[in-house]
Amino acid sequence: MNAARPSLDRNFLNRFGILIALITLALVLSVTTDSFASASNLTNVARQVSINGILAVAVTFVLLTGGVDLSLGSVVALSGVVCALFAHPGEYPLVVPISMGLITGALCGLLNGVLVTWGGIAPFIVTLGMMTMARGLALIFSSGKPVADMTPALTNLAGDLGPVPIPVLCFAVVALLAWLFLGRFRLGRHLYAVGGNEQAARAAGVSVTKVKLFAYGICGLLTGLAGVVLAARITTGQPNAGQAYELDAIAAVVIGGTSLSGGVGSIRGTILGVLLIGIINNGLDLQGVSSYYQAVIKGLIIVGAVWLDRRQSRS
Amino acid sequence: MLRACQLTKTFGGLSVLQEASIDFHPGEVHALMGENGAGKSTLLKMLAGLYQPNGGSIEWRGQSVRFQSPHDALSQGIAMVHQELMPIPDLNVAENLLLGMEPVNALGWVDRAELHRQAQSWLKQLNTDLDTHQPMRRLSVAQIQVVEIAKALARQADVILMDEPTAALSNHEVTALFSAINTLRQRGVAVVYTTHKMDEVFRLADRISVLRDGQLVCTKAAIEFSPESLIAHMVGRELAQVFPPITTTPGDVILEVRGLTREPSFRDISFTLRRGEVLGLAGLMGAGRTEVVSAVFGLTPATSGEILLQGVPTRITCPAEAIAAGIGMVTEDRKGLGIVPAMSVGHNLTLAALPQFSRSALLDAAAERCATQTATTDFAIKASSPQQAIRELSGGNQQKVLLARALLNRPAILILDEPTRGIDIGAKAEIYALIGRLSAQGTAVLLVSSELPEILSLTHRILVLRQGKLSAELDPRQTNQEEILRHAMPQ
Repeated sequence: MNAARPSLDRNFLNRFGILIALITLALVLSVTTDSFASASNLTNVARQVSINGILAVAVTFVLLTGGVDLSLGSVVALSGVVCALFAHPGEYPLVVPISMGLITGALCGLLNGVLVTWGGIAPFIVTLGMMTMARGLALIFSSGKPVADMTPALTNLAGDLGPVPIPVLCFAVVALLAWLFLGRFRLGRHLYAVGGNEQAARAAGVSVTKVKLFAYGICGLLTGLAGVVLAARITTGQPNAGQAYELDAIAAVVIGGTSLSGGVGSIRGTILGVLLIGIINNGLDLQGVSSYYQAVIKGLIIVGAVWLDRRQSRS
Repeated sequence: MLRACQLTKTFGGLSVLQEASIDFHPGEVHALMGENGAGKSTLLKMLAGLYQPNGGSIEWRGQSVRFQSPHDALSQGIAMVHQELMPIPDLNVAENLLLGMEPVNALGWVDRAELHRQAQSWLKQLNTDLDTHQPMRRLSVAQIQVVEIAKALARQADVILMDEPTAALSNHEVTALFSAINTLRQRGVAVVYTTHKMDEVFRLADRISVLRDGQLVCTKAAIEFSPESLIAHMVGRELAQVFPPITTTPGDVILEVRGLTREPSFRDISFTLRRGEVLGLAGLMGAGRTEVVSAVFGLTPATSGEILLQGVPTRITCPAEAIAAGIGMVTEDRKGLGIVPAMSVGHNLTLAALPQFSRSALLDAAAERCATQTATTDFAIKASSPQQAIRELSGGNQQKVLLARALLNRPAILILDEPTRGIDIGAKAEIYALIGRLSAQGTAVLLVSSELPEILSLTHRILVLRQGKLSAELDPRQTNQEEILRHAMPQ
């Protein structure tokens, strides 16, 4: 029983450390700036984090299996372009461009999964290839130019539903479903097992191939959704959109306590990580810090958060 | 020259070596003999600085020393050639041999010609002629071993420790290795090595120390032993009183294995297993026991042969299929193939039986909690809570969780691979009692164990494996440890 005490304290820090950081930061910003705590600014923050939020939830699935997905940003661009191609006014009902965007993302994700499982290629390499390939396809399908002339029905998706921006709603629904899935579904449990010890999971009767295909597939599908939301927001299918989005997403997940070696992490942590990065960005904007310095600070925070995490888990 | 004084080592409260005192002399080959788990490797590793002793001391040239690391021991002249060799596969022989002590020219560059000249001269001292330009990965195990020995010589080692150097070698290679060892002896090097092979001990060793259950039984000149007296010394213990009587009469045949083969691990294995029967699988390390049962469970399927479940030929290509067919297994490799370390005790427990705890795909947390509660009570699992990460539990408790995991599916056939390795005597007794209960309930148990008393006391029948082939089927009531070992020893 004695041995349980320190681990309880460590769990406490693990569970609430980032939440405390988030609240402290919000309080400091509320006091030091006039505008932070205003409804319009907070809505703005939520809107800004929603795409990174969807991507972070997406890549959480893959990171939990011990894999990685570097193709997020390119697949966002590709699905946005495909979506925009089917979204010219008066051509198809709204459901077609949305589905095409989602399907494009899901197919990219599944291909990643197939190459990782049956191909036996390292996820880093597979998704690095997909990152380049999807970007190329986006440029081919759009002839290298933004796909404009989008039906208002689609661009309205970037608007509000009552007081809530629709992108924020998408993020919230995605996060809720993912949270339920990982906590309450058999396949969700299997995901943790595969990431925690792939061989042991197999020996316990878990189909490792199925689990990984699913993780990459879901990640792709949600990336497609992020692509559609982004296209709606910028009212075009931009083949050059989404550069380095995967890194922001992975950073948020890692800050949220998910281990890059798999098996440890949660959607709750991912959401907190996304919010923390969003609020830091917003706070630095409000303080008038130049974007050059913002990049340096963000980098320090990513490394610092993981360093703290490692120190805790080692002690 | 080198002396172990009352060396003691414990792992997590489990004593693996107690107050062993042995002297090692220059120009002498000293063999350490004993069953698996007797403490031979542990003793070697303490002498090599890999492990720190919990008690006693090491005397080196008359002075008490403490080796903090293998590097420490090496700098004093004590080198170890490992059981799992660790060459750098893409560097060539000379680069591996002189790693970290490469000759350099005036500019600080590695002098390649000199490097190969030196490497060749060291190898020549062992009467071997190897092309020092070839990459390490092209070498056979025996050649790698010779390079490792030369490496030790190049570092001026006066003592060379070898853990089962001949385990992976063919007869021809063993001869080459022995001639290298003889050269070492003539040069006045003290050689300490462990082995399971009777014949080679008497060909090679000057003196033999026998270890049993972590204690030194005796040290004598090799000529004072006969093979029979050596085995008797290795085994000679009383059967502990912890074994429950196995009284069940086995029922119908539930599992039949015909001609199971997977080269090079095992070939042409055939046996039957009945309901309620406990079938023991004995053999030395590397005899293929784990590989055979892993094939039955689908972990590494056999390449040919048949598995029949209740008379029906069944293809088992992965563990999921085995579990669906009513087979459960607790693997030997608890860390690698058993626990998911970061997961909780509860989640580890239910991992193989999740369909039981879910309606459609949704998990029923209450049912899971209930099952976890029952299992922790039934198996006396000591955890602070079901949410505790399993890696924080002791080995014995982890093992009990894994047993409970396998049993949640109520398997008709249970495979236990070294179920009591590395756990304390209390947990062992509980596992023995469990095997007795399962047998009484009609579960067929396939028990792999290196502990012969376990095999002798718990089983209805014993199969002995030797170098991948079945060498004997014995009746535990009419055999003894000596006979089992005789069938298990390579000839």
